[in-house]
Formats: sequence, structure tokens, C-alpha cells
Amino acid sequence: MKGLYHIEHRKMPTRRRRGRRGEWIFQSMAFVALVFTIAVLVVLLVDVFRDGVLRLNWQFLTSFPSRKPELAGILAALVGSACLITLTALFAFPLGVGAAIYLEEYARKNWLSRVIEVNIANLAGVPSIIYGLLGLELFVRMMRMDRSLLAGACTMALLVLPIIIISSREAIRAVPVSIREASYAVGATRWQTIRYQVLPLAFPGILTGTILAFSRAIGETAPLITIGALTYVAFLPTGLFSPFTALPIQIFNWVSRPQKGFLTNAAAAIIVLLIVLLLMNAVAIWLRNRYQKKLY
Amino acid sequence: MATKNRQKWEPRTGERAIIHHKRASRIREGAIHLALFLCGILSIFTTLGIVAVLVIETVEFFKEVSILGFLTDTQWTPLFVDKHFGIMPLVCGTLLTSLIAMLVALPIGLLCAVYLSEYAPERVRHVLKPVLEVLAGIPTVVYGYFALLFVTPLLQGLIPSMSGFNALSPGIVMGIMILPIISSLSEDAIFAVPQSLREAAYAMGSTKLQVSFLVVIPAAFSGITASFLLGISRAIGETMIVAIAAGQQPRLTPNPLVPIETMTAYIVQVSLGDTPTGTLEYRTIFAVGMMLFLSTFLVNIVSLWLRRRFREVYL
Repeated sequence: MKGLYHIEHRKMPTRRRRGRRGEWIFQSMAFVALVFTIAVLVVLLVDVFRDGVLRLNWQFLTSFPSRKPELAGILAALVGSACLITLTALFAFPLGVGAAIYLEEYARKNWLSRVIEVNIANLAGVPSIIYGLLGLELFVRMMRMDRSLLAGACTMALLVLPIIIISSREAIRAVPVSIREASYAVGATRWQTIRYQVLPLAFPGILTGTILAFSRAIGETAPLITIGALTYVAFLPTGLFSPFTALPIQIFNWVSRPQKGFLTNAAAAIIVLLIVLLLMNAVAIWLRNRYQKKLY
Repeated sequence: MATKNRQKWEPRTGERAIIHHKRASRIREGAIHLALFLCGILSIFTTLGIVAVLVIETVEFFKEVSILGFLTDTQWTPLFVDKHFGIMPLVCGTLLTSLIAMLVALPIGLLCAVYLSEYAPERVRHVLKPVLEVLAGIPTVVYGYFALLFVTPLLQGLIPSMSGFNALSPGIVMGIMILPIISSLSEDAIFAVPQSLREAAYAMGSTKLQVSFLVVIPAAFSGITASFLLGISRAIGETMIVAIAAGQQPRLTPNPLVPIETMTAYIVQVSLGDTPTGTLEYRTIFAVGMMLFLSTFLVNIVSLWLRRRFREVYL
């Protein structure tokens, strides 16, 4: 660390011009990098849009998959994704927020809370397909949920849990200590303080983080394939134990086929998926902007 | 029901009421504490579950296949009649695509991070930050589609000998996917460098470039390295891009132009088929998963340790 404070004399500019040229080279490289990044995003969106927008119509949204690409649709996938994400939210939201409250408000600074903390950070970095393997053994085989909506939602819940915990903790930490102290001073218990003071203030932040976590879950494909979500489903899910498909799986299935028509379908389904994501993110940003100012 | 209760209820007064109230609230507080503790501890059970599942199935797998063969055999053909269980081709495929991804993500990510934190005017930041956030939010199937149907044909125009499935195109697209992770985490690390260090360097007559590269980047080095490592672990674990665009042919080759198969893509391939549970083929995905888990775990731990270090130094 010592060396940081000390700039070698050799590297100091002897001529100002040299420094200026270096500056120019760096700035133009950075500019190229920025333009490249933005260009990739634009090209990606334009490419998908151009491929799929003509296929997008009411029939596409309300039809079941078919062997003929022009008759196929994404109804089962869309409803499957909606059910899956709702169930996942039901499981993951209370558990995640509960864990965040525990870690921020209750846990003492001892080895156990340190272990939990490191463990959560680690889980956030485990590849999603590994969660799929866990879901396959634990939910599909051992708990005999079979390849059902419930098994998919449980797997997804475990997958998004670390993200929810991390973002909820940040939101809870942002609530000033003075508010808790004021609450304790008028005789509130710890839970009353959390329930009536901390949570209402932290809630917009928690909600924003959670929505972003679920928008990630909606696009997640690998774990669902591993637990065996079907790729050809011509019915709507009827209950928790019903087989299901989801939008990204439908896209994957269509992309893997050689026929041109299915590739077009994939592009159209991608547009739908991106619109759903856009809406979810817009809601998250709206919540953030709306409540951020009111707080402090 | 409610009215009945109300009739029976007599207001407790004085000391009795306080004691009753205190006891009830202590029980409730304890119950809530316990419930929240269980939520917190669930994450540990998740990890234990992952480890247990992988270990159990991998042990079963190694009862039939020797570990030495698994690590040294140069062929991976568990789904063929002539079975070979050498993981090297899959590891090679994973390393190849990850390397290409890092070659794309590393320089661009770092450039973006330095530029955003040290140079960019507010206006540029306002455009670029959302662009990076959107790139990070795009589902990986979409990137897979982009790699297979846009980048590959584009590259085939430049390199006619390139196969329709290859390591290069998904590698590049994966790099673009990882770029936001690297740039935003590096930016955090750079942001954490105290302003006083920069001012000291300026006071000695350094140019902006010198301050960025000789003071700020070395000071943020552990954080930047942590972001690279996290990017690598993402690349190793990335599934859909390679499953869609890299092919399904495990091959021990450094050639990025031919079809290969990564560890993750193999798991997808088996999951899509009708492999009956409990067979050796079924267990291969857990053995491969174990390998995947161990490698990402190792990289993540180092990354986590580095990130913690830069936080301790400056915050």
C-alpha cells in the first residue's frame, strides 16, 4: 500500500505534449468502448425487433404451441410464467424479507451471523443451473412434487432469495437509527419498532429490490430446464402440481429448431418477454422515485 | 363469535394487566425472533442442500467410474455405446468460451469504469448507466438468440471457415453480458478510493491520465480484481448462451471456430432428453455439476475476500 502515495519520477511528464497525447489516446479508446457498448444494445434490440415484430399479433398471444409455426402461440408459456413468478414471490418475499430483518435487527455480531452473511454472498454467485440440480433432487425426486409448477416455484424461490435478502438489507440499513431509538424511548418492543417504524420506511426500497430480483427470475431458463419443465405444453396449468412451461423455455425450444418460422416465433416471444421486463423495471423505478423523496 | 368474546372479556386492571401484557408480549417477541432466525438460517440449509445433493450423486457416480479416468480421459461420450467419462473436453469448452468472454469484457469493462468514474460528464453518465443496467437485465436466452442468429452469421462473413455452432460467437456475446458486472463493480471500487489520494497526485503535477492509471487503479486494485473474478465465475456458470450457440460436441480443442460443449450445456442436453433417474447417465450431470460448483465456488470466495479487503482499507 505504501507505493500508492508515491509516484515514480520516471513516470512524471517531462514534456507536456506526451501527456496530452496519452490523454487523447485514452479518451478515444474509452469513447470507442462506450460506443461499442451502446451499439451492441441497439443492434440487439433492433435485430430482435426486426425479426419478430411482424409475427406479433393477438393470435400469437392466445394460441397454444403447434407443429406449424404460423399457428403456434405463447399462451401456455405466458400463463405458466405468470403463475410461476406469482408462486415464487409468495415463497421468496416473506422468507427473504424475514432473513433481512433478522440479519439487520436481531443478529448479534458473532460467528453465526458472519457465516450466514458470507454464505448468502456466496449463494448469490452460485450458477443458476446448480439450483436446478438441487431442485431436481430435492423437490422433484425426494419431495415427489414431480415436474410441477410447485417444484419450479420452490427452485426459483431459492434462486432469488439471496438477491432479495441483500437488497432488503440495504433498504433496512438505510432507515436512520434515531427512528428506532425514538420508538424504543416511548416503550415500543423490538418487533413493534420494526413493524410500525422500520418496515414502513424501508418498504419502497425492499419492494424495488424485490421487483428487480423477480424480473431476473422471469428470464431465468436453465434451472427450469434442469428440473424438467416441459417444452411442449398445450394446456394451461390447472393447479400446483400441474406440469408447466415458461416463456424463456418456449423461446429456447423455438431457437433450437431449424425451421425459419420457429425462429421468427422466438423473436416475437423475446419481444413479449422484453416488454414484460420493461414494465416490471418501470414499476420498480416509479416506486423508487415516488417514495424516495417522501422519506427524509 | 366476536360479540360472544366481548361479553366474556373483563378488563384486567392494575398490576395483573401489566404482568399479563408483559408475558404475552414476551412470548410474541420470542416467537417472532425465532421465525426470523429460521428465515435467516434457511440460506445455510440451501448451501448444505446443494452440497449434499452434489456429493451424494457424485459419490454414486464414482463408484462406477474411476476418478482418475474422469480427470484424465480425453473423451466425453456418456450417451454413446462406447462410453468415456473424461471431463476434460467439457472443461476445455468452458474455459475457451470464458476466456473469450473475458477478453471482451475485461478491457471494455475497465475502460468504461475508469471513464465513467474519472472522466465522464454528467450527461454521458446519464446515458451510459441505464444502457449498462439494461444490458445486465437482458435474459440470457435473448443473448443466446443474438449469438446464434446475429453474431455467428456476421462472423461467418468475416471467417468463412467458421462452423454454425462455435465457441467464438457465444464467447463474445457472453463478454457483453458480463461487461456491466465488471464495469459497475470496478466503478464501486474506484469510487471508494479517497479523494485525498487524487488530490495529492494532482498537487504533484500529475495529469488526469496519470492519476487514473498510476494512483486510482492501483488503489482500487483488489476491488477491480474482485469484479474480474466475479465476471469469470459468471462466465463459467453461464448456461443458455452456450447451450444455444456453442453446439453439443464435447471436444478437446483450443479452436474457437468449431462446435464444442461446455459443462453447463451438457447438463442442459441431458435434462432435455429422457434419461431415467438413477442411471449412470443421469448421475453424470451431478458429477459435472460438482465440478462446476467447485470451480465457481473457489473463484467466488477469492472475489469475496478481495472485495471485503478493499472495503476495510478505505471505508
